[in-house]
Amino acid sequence: MERKFVIHFPKTLVDKPIMSDLVKRYSLDFNILKAYVTPEEEGTLVLALQGTEENVDTAVKDLKEMGARIQSISSDIRMVRELCTDCTACIPLCPVDALYRDKEDFSVHFDAEKCIACGLCIKACPTKALVFTI
Amino acid sequence: MGKTIAEINKKIKEGRAVVVTAEEIAGLAKKQDVKKLAAEIDIVTTGTFGPMCSSGVFLNFGHSNPRIKIGGGKIYLNGVPAYAGLAAVDTYIGAAATPENDPRNSEHPGSFKYGGGHVIEDLVAGREIMLEINAYGTDCYPKRGVSTRIRLKDLNEAILFNPRNCYQNYNVAVNLSKKTIYTYMGILKPELGNANYCSAGQLSPLLKDPYLRTIGLGTKIFLGGGTGYVAWWGTQFNPSVKRTKNGVPAAGAATLALIGDLKQMKPEYIKGASLTGYGTSLIVGIGIPIPVLNEDILRWTAIPDEELYAPVVDYSNDYPNCTGKTLGEVNYGQLKSGKAEILKKEVPTGSLSSYKKAREIADTLKKWITGGDFQLTENVMNFPEPDSGYKFRAMKEGR
Repeated sequence: MERKFVIHFPKTLVDKPIMSDLVKRYSLDFNILKAYVTPEEEGTLVLALQGTEENVDTAVKDLKEMGARIQSISSDIRMVRELCTDCTACIPLCPVDALYRDKEDFSVHFDAEKCIACGLCIKACPTKALVFTI
Repeated sequence: MGKTIAEINKKIKEGRAVVVTAEEIAGLAKKQDVKKLAAEIDIVTTGTFGPMCSSGVFLNFGHSNPRIKIGGGKIYLNGVPAYAGLAAVDTYIGAAATPENDPRNSEHPGSFKYGGGHVIEDLVAGREIMLEINAYGTDCYPKRGVSTRIRLKDLNEAILFNPRNCYQNYNVAVNLSKKTIYTYMGILKPELGNANYCSAGQLSPLLKDPYLRTIGLGTKIFLGGGTGYVAWWGTQFNPSVKRTKNGVPAAGAATLALIGDLKQMKPEYIKGASLTGYGTSLIVGIGIPIPVLNEDILRWTAIPDEELYAPVVDYSNDYPNCTGKTLGEVNYGQLKSGKAEILKKEVPTGSLSSYKKAREIADTLKKWITGGDFQLTENVMNFPEPDSGYKFRAMKEGR
């Protein structure tokens, strides 16, 4: 099975080889979809983990115990259509083009399949039309 | 050969007025003779829908029994402080008003979930608002406290009065620094990560009448879904900025002060806004009809996005520190394509202003006019012209 996660590492964990340890211990495969370190030196990693369900769950549990914050991605972000004014403030912030504008009628659309739930669009939306569902 | 407002109004009354939107005329003028179009078309409608922070509403609650005087005391609407410097039961609440206990930017960037703009949206949507007044009590206004729920329909007057709306043109905001910044122009990613603009471009009212030949004191407009009026020129009015060859300002320039009855307005066109790290605002829908009195006016209304330019400004340094520096100009055609070239880099663009809503507003105003429900007004007074000597000043500090 494969599951996608957004993992936020606090400053104290950023320079430790946590992921490779876990991957070895639980025989997981992983695919890094996005990684960055914020100016506050918090690390953010968006990755897909592949392995048995039990091993993925245990790895996630271990990460949480080490102090990482974890969001599971399964269309975590939802667009509340009635609240969207089709302004496009969110569009350039989306790292994976999950938000896009219709070229003809200028309406804004959200593709939940592409979304990696980084949450930038939630901060960018002036009318709170994008929300976390969990 | 020109037309007069009276002639156009007669045509509206008889259902014969020819009305097109500013987007439609931009297309028509590419194919047809401008002289012919100027003769045929009577009115061009415009529209814009974006956050306009210098907005607010005057409210009168009616008298309590016994009477209370807000002036000199304190007043809150859903916990948001309003102005307590007017008589008895009048107040003014501005879009940017923030509850006293809001954490603001103490944990940057603050989310500014609820403020004055949201109170105004809730009023328009017919929702109940908690009204709290603390007063000191006088012989004629003895009551010292009120705590009750009100709705827009219970109030005497609710007058939207926005001292600065409808900027003629606006900056394109970018960030050249190494960290993300949170501005009224949205979130700006480091090192030219994105470029945000805030104008409807070819549909934007004041871009289509660059010298304000038809828009002045008393101009009747679409305001927040109801009808409103231009009440004065807007604050920070600056007609003498640099203009491109077609006469259109290449920067901020003119603004409008607008007034209208909040009770007529609709929640689709008046919305509260939360700008992360900046504060709250009010998104206002505005549409202005431009009477085609002559060929010059038609030519201006027909200027397309590709010929309307906005200055690119670095909001990590040049904007906050008023350096006056710009990083060049881009046109609204590029901005609306989703990518614009800035400092030789292709930069993804986003807009704070909704073009879809602007279109809807220009179309609605067109329908009002062709349906005979909306007549044009003659200006009571025109606003300062570029050569009038009217100046835009900076604050005098340190004396």
